[in-house]
Amino acid sequence: MSDIAIRVENLSKSYRIGRNAEKAERYTALRDVISRNARNLLRTTRDVLSGQAIVQGDEVEEFWALKGVNFEVRQGEVLGVIGRNGSGKSTLLKILSRITEPTMGRVELNGRVASLLEVGTGFHPELSGRENIYLNGAILGMARREVDRQFDEIVAFAGVEKFLDTPVKRYSSGMYVRLAFAVAAHLEQEILIVDEVLAVGDAQFQQKCLGAMGRVARQGRAVILVSHNLPVVQAFCERCLLLDAGRLSHDGHSPGAIAAYANTQAKRSYLQRLPKSDGGPTITRLEIRHLKIRDVTEILVAVTVLSNISLIGALELKVSDAVGTPIGIASVGLLNPSALYCFHPGMEVIVCTLTLPRLARGLYSLMAQITLPLVRIVDATDESLVFDADPEPRENATRVLEASWGCGPLEIPLKIERSLDYIPS
Amino acid sequence: MSSSNILIIEPGLAEKHYWRDLWRYRELFYVLAWRDVAVRYKQTVIGVLWALLQPVLTMAVFVVVFGKLAKLPTEGDAPYPLLVYAGMLPWQFFATALSGASGSLIGNANLISKVYFPRLIVPTSAVVVAFVDFLISFVILLVLMAWYHFLPSIRILLLPGFVVLAFLASLGPGLWLTALNVKYRDFRYIIPFVVQFGLYLSPVGFSSSIIPEKWRFCYSLNPMVGVIDGFRWVILGGESRIYLPGFALSCGVVVLFLWVGVYQFRKMEKSFADLL
Repeated sequence: MSDIAIRVENLSKSYRIGRNAEKAERYTALRDVISRNARNLLRTTRDVLSGQAIVQGDEVEEFWALKGVNFEVRQGEVLGVIGRNGSGKSTLLKILSRITEPTMGRVELNGRVASLLEVGTGFHPELSGRENIYLNGAILGMARREVDRQFDEIVAFAGVEKFLDTPVKRYSSGMYVRLAFAVAAHLEQEILIVDEVLAVGDAQFQQKCLGAMGRVARQGRAVILVSHNLPVVQAFCERCLLLDAGRLSHDGHSPGAIAAYANTQAKRSYLQRLPKSDGGPTITRLEIRHLKIRDVTEILVAVTVLSNISLIGALELKVSDAVGTPIGIASVGLLNPSALYCFHPGMEVIVCTLTLPRLARGLYSLMAQITLPLVRIVDATDESLVFDADPEPRENATRVLEASWGCGPLEIPLKIERSLDYIPS
Repeated sequence: MSSSNILIIEPGLAEKHYWRDLWRYRELFYVLAWRDVAVRYKQTVIGVLWALLQPVLTMAVFVVVFGKLAKLPTEGDAPYPLLVYAGMLPWQFFATALSGASGSLIGNANLISKVYFPRLIVPTSAVVVAFVDFLISFVILLVLMAWYHFLPSIRILLLPGFVVLAFLASLGPGLWLTALNVKYRDFRYIIPFVVQFGLYLSPVGFSSSIIPEKWRFCYSLNPMVGVIDGFRWVILGGESRIYLPGFALSCGVVVLFLWVGVYQFRKMEKSFADLL
């Protein structure tokens, strides 16, 4: 008796893309098929007559959405899957939940699978909350008596007692989502597959969902969680897979996988933007000119601002860590309205130094914005610069703090002021 | 967790546990059918009366056109409206099932691309929904019988058998057209046409006994001919006779369609999620 819940071996899935690929056409008209077949026949005949090898559909291109993926998930384990858009996460989930078949490879699932690729799959707007609970339960593979048994809990979890007999089309979107997740949270399948569903609901409800999923794992069931929300993955999954262009590029402890994911971000020291059409001040260029990492981190930043008008406002520079959690903000004018910055018509380059405490080793990002403090944002760079903090150990240390340890971005100095009297036992 | 619970996913392996899954998901089958029935007449003024109105009005038109104007003969001494209605019942079932099933997969596209279950459930439950309408319109037949003081013979006891035949006759083409409709949306336009055309090609407004004897066998290639004849044979009783070779042929066509339907559906099913 093994404790492996999911075993994936050499899993691959290819889609045929290109003008001739039948599979890639979502909407095929018979006319197109006939004319295409006629064309293909013509080409094949020509090939045969000229003595060449027949190439089937030379406009067909194979696209591997998933290629040679191997991993195992133990029972009671929560596995995170991260990766950029199009890296194959959804394809993997679709294969595991048996919506599509793999092209190659093999999956062993030890137990029933419940997949939540979308919240509220199959909810019917005309039916009442009560009816939808049964409908959704059946779609997700719950037997009627399972739903019966947990009905009150589901309703309490969703907090929709008063609206049970109202058609769900009259629900607020929050109630709708809560009801949908409540059903899902009470599934009893041995394997739970969740795709990005935590992106919905308010913070309190998200916390509740995470709690419910933690309970699922403690019951000894396996959970696979796909998310772009890195802090959630970090907090929730011990182990994490990183997919990159259909291949498994990292399999291990979550902090390591997240660090590897962050590393795939392009490091760049400057970005350029086009001026805005309304003529207000625009940050046309943001550049890190120099980076010094010692006991403190000093960043020399140049902000180029182009403006057609005069404006008195604030310049703000925000620093975030690799998963996007803000670390802090530096500004002229935000905290002191009597010292705002005056942007003049024309172009100017503002060079400034940011002094941060000693940062843990890892990637950080920097973005800039011009605001009327507490009123509105005049201009903000939508993208950010990415820089790498790679400090040397302090004089009295041999290691540096790694961002991947999940202790936060700051290496805080510690000095023992005095030691209490030592009493030997 | 027992080791018998282990499920293996490999290319082409879906076949093995398909029929077992179908059984396992039977509850979903009821629930989907129930959902469609529950939703069908929501937010309509006369609600379920629609299921009665359509066949009754069509019957009235057919009685006037075929019975009164064309003066076609009835079977035995059965009143003409009864003859038409006995044919109208299975035809209406077939037509509703066909259009319901063919649109069912596209209508449930969000389900298909997000959750696994044997896809056969979706069009089959659409046929069941049509069957519910059939049962409702059956009430009219009883009313008509009472109105004409028509007493059915003992053959009426065979009716359930013919209802099953009508069910299978609708399911086969239904499945096939459903699968085709996912791939080639042309069928969305073909199906209403087939249904409209078939109403006149099948012996709905007239008795199939008016078909010349030499053509009757060929005429029975239309599976609905056998089904409708069968319905009339058990409902009208008395003089109504069944043309056995034709009936056997129709049954054969029903079975053939059913096989083709299931086979084609199973073949295309794997790519549904990619096609929708």
